[in-house]
Amino acid sequence: MGRTEIRICGLGGQGVVLAGQILGRAAVYDGWNVVQTQSYGAEARGTTAKSEVIISESPIGFPMIRKCDILVVMSQEALDVNVKDLKRGGLLLIDEGIVKDVPKVNAKVYVVPATKTAEETLGERLYANMVFLGVLNKLANLVRDESMEKAIADTVPKNAVASNLLAYRKGRMLETFTLLHEFFGSRSYVGNEHLSPL
Amino acid sequence: MGIVKSGVYFWQGNEACAEAAIVVGCRFFAGYPITPASEIAEHLAWRLPQVGGIAIQMEDEIASIGAVIGASWAGAKAMTATSGPGFSLMQESIGYAFMTETPCVIVNVQRAGPSTGQATKCAQGDVMQSRWGTHGDYSAIVLSPNSVQEMFTLTIRAFNLAEKYRTPVVLLSDEVVAHMREKVVVPPIETLEMVNRKKPKPGDKAFFGLEEVPPMPAVGEGFNVAVTGSTHDEYGIRFTADPLVHRRLVERLNGKIQNHADEIVDVECCNIEGCDVGIVAFGCTSRAVYDVVEEAKANGITVGYVRLKTLWPFPDEIVRKLAEAAGKIIVPEMNLRQVYYEVKRAAGDVAKVVPFNKIGGGELITPEELLKKILEVVRGRD
Repeated sequence: MGRTEIRICGLGGQGVVLAGQILGRAAVYDGWNVVQTQSYGAEARGTTAKSEVIISESPIGFPMIRKCDILVVMSQEALDVNVKDLKRGGLLLIDEGIVKDVPKVNAKVYVVPATKTAEETLGERLYANMVFLGVLNKLANLVRDESMEKAIADTVPKNAVASNLLAYRKGRMLETFTLLHEFFGSRSYVGNEHLSPL
Repeated sequence: MGIVKSGVYFWQGNEACAEAAIVVGCRFFAGYPITPASEIAEHLAWRLPQVGGIAIQMEDEIASIGAVIGASWAGAKAMTATSGPGFSLMQESIGYAFMTETPCVIVNVQRAGPSTGQATKCAQGDVMQSRWGTHGDYSAIVLSPNSVQEMFTLTIRAFNLAEKYRTPVVLLSDEVVAHMREKVVVPPIETLEMVNRKKPKPGDKAFFGLEEVPPMPAVGEGFNVAVTGSTHDEYGIRFTADPLVHRRLVERLNGKIQNHADEIVDVECCNIEGCDVGIVAFGCTSRAVYDVVEEAKANGITVGYVRLKTLWPFPDEIVRKLAEAAGKIIVPEMNLRQVYYEVKRAAGDVAKVVPFNKIGGGELITPEELLKKILEVVRGRD
């Protein structure tokens, strides 16, 4: 049974819910069963927020993630809280500028200048979530590229489609992220190995 | 953009509810924003004007349900959506809608109470409020979706039941089901059942009796109709002291729901003819049950379940059947025992009923926790 569980977390206002929503929609376009859930505080921004996406061949019962295959973190606090839930051999993407203290984990750890790229390319750090989606799909190949782009176009407001697509493509093309820590255990996460090809 | 087209969508639960309302013909929404139900108001404020409908943000929830009742009497299919605190404010008028036989749909997306509690966190604490929240002798129809697909299909059903029985119907959702996004399949619209209230014929005068569900005129159609929450006879004339008129009215109002419980009750069952342990679950909590059936099988245990798609009327007979087959029933719910007592009542002395409750922070009962409980119960440690 093919199944990949992804958690994207950070602070409210960073767009982690939107990123999860777009990834989930893209996976539905590709024909998978998908559940996307979110958790956030009562405040509009500033408190921890997380978004979870389960992509599966078979129908999905329990909708929450206990252990994730992929963890994307956009704040130090989110990393501290969520790193324990990453599966052995999983994939961890962390924002270079916002996360300082990276724990030793049994996972493939990438440091991604997502916020920096968003600021340099579009002058707005709020596009960091799209940069992350680009890097994520490049590394893990979760959905077809055109599905992700369609999902972005179908999700964000019309006047923001171009800038979000630009940030996503920047993420896909990003070469500067670094593999910080390679996992040498029994299983290393290489792409979307749980899902059989379409 | 008109009514949603048949196809596959990736919707949030609240979005699916709003789109379903439009599909089934709802053209009036009045509400007051509240987490975790706000997206229904937001979505309908955008979508209803596109299909010739009206969405109003009222000053509070009391006004919202009042506007919905008024719109229904003006001939519209009407809905409001709220959460616990707002649902509490609406209780008096839900009784008024019941007494005046006003079809309408009230969506309550449950969050953690009492009071403002934990506004963004999931809970299932309004089961009894949805049944007994308003005063007086009352029968409720309450539906409980557990997926985004069911936020769509059960919203349609809620309107159909409201129109068929001329009564308020509650769609009792929860934060998880309302906020999660899933694949939704919208079937060809012409294949969906749509029920519209029975209208009176020219010359009809009895809009509050003579038949179990009497015809309902709209104001302005030329029928002289008086609508009152006080006890009234078949013609809407107030009788505030007559014992027989009150008895006749209130017994009919309850009877039109109770006598048709078999048609209203809807459940999803698995292994209820033969199992080692039973589970009765509903809403978000029932999602863990699907996982547990498989995991328990690996432990040599057959789990049977009844998943409540209607909470009220309560499916006594089916739960009783599960009780007879299982001998032991676990009732997981995100409250401090509500459905548990109903299961206990329905099961009588044929099964041991074990509560399993968890509240706070929106934390769901996980498949692991449920499996542990099942093993304890089956091995006789609980």
